[in-house]
Amino acid sequence: MAEPDLALATTVVELARRAGAGQCDVIIRESLESKVQVRLGEVEQLIESGSRSLGLRVITDGRTAVCSTADLDPAALARFARETVDLAAISAPDECAGLPAASETPVPLRDGLQLYDESLANLSVEEKVHLAVTCEAAARGADARITNSGGASFSTRIAEVSLANSNGFAGRYPATAVGLGVEVMADDSDGKKRTGGWSSSERSLHRLLDAEEIGRIAARRAVMQLGARKVGTKAVPVVFEPVMAVALMANLLESATGSALYRGATFLAGRVGERVGSSLLNIIDDPLLPGRLGSRPFDGEGVGVHRTALIEDGIFGGFLFDVYTGRRTGNRTTGSAVRGVESLPAPGPSNLIFEAGSTDPAAIIAGVEDGLYLTTLFGFGFNPATGDFSRGAAGYWIEHGELAYPVTEINVSGRLETMFAGIDAVGNDLTWFGSAAAPTIRVREMTVSGL
Amino acid sequence: MPDPATAAIEHFARYNIDSAMMSSLLSVALSHGGDFAELFFEHRTSNAIAWEDQQVKSAARNVARGLGIRVVKGDAIGFAYTESLDPAAMRRAAETASRISSDAERPVAIDATPEFRGTSFYSNDDPAASRPPADKVAILERADRAARAYDPSIVHVEGNFGDEMKHVLIARSDGRVSGDVQPMLRFAVVATSQKDGTNRLARKSGAGRLGLEYFDGIPPEEIAREAARMAILQHQAVEAPAGTMPVVLAAGESGILIHEAVGHGLEGDFNRKGTSNYSGRVGESVASPLVTVVDDATIPNSRGSINVDDEGNFTGRNVLIEGGTLLGYLHDEMSARYFGVAPSGSGRRETFKSYTMPRMSNTFMLAGQSNPEDILRSVGRGIFCAAYSGGQVNISNGDFVFSVSEAYLIEDGHITAPLRNVTLIGNGPDVLSKVTMVGNDYRLSTGTWTCGKDSQSVPVGVGMPTVLVSGITVGGTKVG
Repeated sequence: MAEPDLALATTVVELARRAGAGQCDVIIRESLESKVQVRLGEVEQLIESGSRSLGLRVITDGRTAVCSTADLDPAALARFARETVDLAAISAPDECAGLPAASETPVPLRDGLQLYDESLANLSVEEKVHLAVTCEAAARGADARITNSGGASFSTRIAEVSLANSNGFAGRYPATAVGLGVEVMADDSDGKKRTGGWSSSERSLHRLLDAEEIGRIAARRAVMQLGARKVGTKAVPVVFEPVMAVALMANLLESATGSALYRGATFLAGRVGERVGSSLLNIIDDPLLPGRLGSRPFDGEGVGVHRTALIEDGIFGGFLFDVYTGRRTGNRTTGSAVRGVESLPAPGPSNLIFEAGSTDPAAIIAGVEDGLYLTTLFGFGFNPATGDFSRGAAGYWIEHGELAYPVTEINVSGRLETMFAGIDAVGNDLTWFGSAAAPTIRVREMTVSGL
Repeated sequence: MPDPATAAIEHFARYNIDSAMMSSLLSVALSHGGDFAELFFEHRTSNAIAWEDQQVKSAARNVARGLGIRVVKGDAIGFAYTESLDPAAMRRAAETASRISSDAERPVAIDATPEFRGTSFYSNDDPAASRPPADKVAILERADRAARAYDPSIVHVEGNFGDEMKHVLIARSDGRVSGDVQPMLRFAVVATSQKDGTNRLARKSGAGRLGLEYFDGIPPEEIAREAARMAILQHQAVEAPAGTMPVVLAAGESGILIHEAVGHGLEGDFNRKGTSNYSGRVGESVASPLVTVVDDATIPNSRGSINVDDEGNFTGRNVLIEGGTLLGYLHDEMSARYFGVAPSGSGRRETFKSYTMPRMSNTFMLAGQSNPEDILRSVGRGIFCAAYSGGQVNISNGDFVFSVSEAYLIEDGHITAPLRNVTLIGNGPDVLSKVTMVGNDYRLSTGTWTCGKDSQSVPVGVGMPTVLVSGITVGGTKVG
């Protein structure tokens, strides 16, 4: 029987200390993963595997190194610890580098976060295949115009994260994830294929969207794009469906971390406490919501976590920090360190919530005379330093308050701050997508480029 | 120095992986039948040095090793991997992968004599992975000094030096064994220019499958000054026009457009499933007659080059579109079998933890006849795109989008104001049909291009001559 992960993490902390590490922390990630992919009703892929790997961060006199290995043999680990300690010597001293103070890591291990679904371990291959087949069949059967399928897949991950550091912190938590998704196609009259995809990811099976429902949504999204055309170039109101509002929040986060702040790479620098959007705008980072994908009892450095208001009634509340970026900018960690086995911690979101408003989504559309209902964004056109936003898009044109026809091959652009200031309606339809949630929102004016 | 295939065999012999072990694992993999099985052993060591505030911020080393086992049965695969090269763990992975099939056992015997093509497309004589960190820190120092000396507005410089050495060994149930030793060097500089209290950042990177001799060709100072120049330029950039207009794509980096708008749609898996906009169109005209597109994994030291693909097939130069006519697709074993053609050496995977798919290597458009200056002069009003920060495509219909990090207005045949926030949006086949001039100045980009597909990243190369497209939608902010 191999040493349990948390005990092993503590052992490696001690090995590094003995090799000369000033401070150090060790993260171990162990997971069992499975994926079933089906296409046209037949199994296309069965994937099943386990992995266990370890990351060690050493900080000696402010000099930092981070190394990872999957060779967890005791002799190999002793050598690995020595090599990591030696590697730190090539770094320059940085007074901001260091572990969290012991007072920042109270970690009363919280119950009730519901991060683990025991039922996933007992799912048979047949049950997984059945869910994927059901989902795909629902998508293909939802409309006669669906002509092809990219397949449906069902995946599970059963994982455990263990973290220990030389200040005496030691914590672990098991966590699961489960996902189901499908993509189907319809043929347009001009020969173009219109794709529609939908998926659901959660920590537990019972929260997952119904397989047939996922299929029907995917089919609807493909069929509704039939006959899509370009539109002329103009400045118009843009309605973001909930999943698009989530995409907008993800762009905001690139500008709202301590990393962007200390690098001078954010348009939000110096704006804490100032108005950065309409008073309808409220964005929250909340790691303590039971059962959500972004929830965690402590962050990637073992710091206790809490709810943070990023934007409240349009006022910017502040950045997300890990220990380093907090110290570097004269702030404190917000418990937002995200940490992979191979890399240094960096601040990032947990669960992001664009808080719901009071308007019915239908009323938000009804309030648009001539504008865009956005259902697809693609490309990476966001500059966190300036807030410039310019991304490829597709959706429906709104005429006289109603969805009139599908549009494609267009681009939407603006400045994030101007867009936020122009949010003039927020829906009451808060919808979750993995670790983020948002309602329908409307931005008063953006540039739509087309013909 | 042995050839890379032999070197890979010798490397894994240290873990007691020999002919007998590979035969035994493949027999377990086919213990319930199946058409084909393969073992993919990988050992990868990556080093990285991060530079900031004129000093080394941190150092990193990651070591990964393991075995991925795939069993193919018709159009289906069973796949499992293990990070442990312990015989029991490898056997368990083979058993897991075998469950895709439920027929009679097919014992396998292989002779681990590796196949080698007689030449390598990259040099492992003096890999960066074996050089002392001080040599790499010296390169970062040179870049930092050059960026700061370029202009007093440069207030912050970050650098990253990364190198990787990857040993792979592939054993197949048809008895073939091959291997490779794949080096990679990556270098990037981010410069921040501050003027009137506003910051503008730009990133410039370079990569190749070679050692520090990379910098004999492209000195770190040159990369650093490019990053500084592009950051400063953004202060003067004006709002971009929005709408459809002529676009001149600069030689080199614009090859990303060929990769996204055309390349992905020509990958065999999408065409096997009929989900690409190029499905069933071999032999048809799919582009302007000026367009010839090639995928070539054999360009010496290029980031996208590989000697042998991850299914053990030799790589090559594949002409995909010639004079506007579609000649064929990029294949892995599965799609090659489906189409009844030879594999094109395009089966690639990110790591042993992922399964193979048809992927691009170095993908580019060949040179034409036009003088690049004549191309610019032919445009009354349009935009010139010089550098890109990324792109994405919808493979089933060819719709694409690119973020342009360096763009200029063209007025009366001349490059004028730099533009900010430019996006190109369009449709691959549509844009290729509107290619009206192709320059004689083909260049392969030296940038660090990484292609993502199904959450798997692989290194690629892109290239292109200067090209005029008569109309692409420009996603700017300025209407009218």
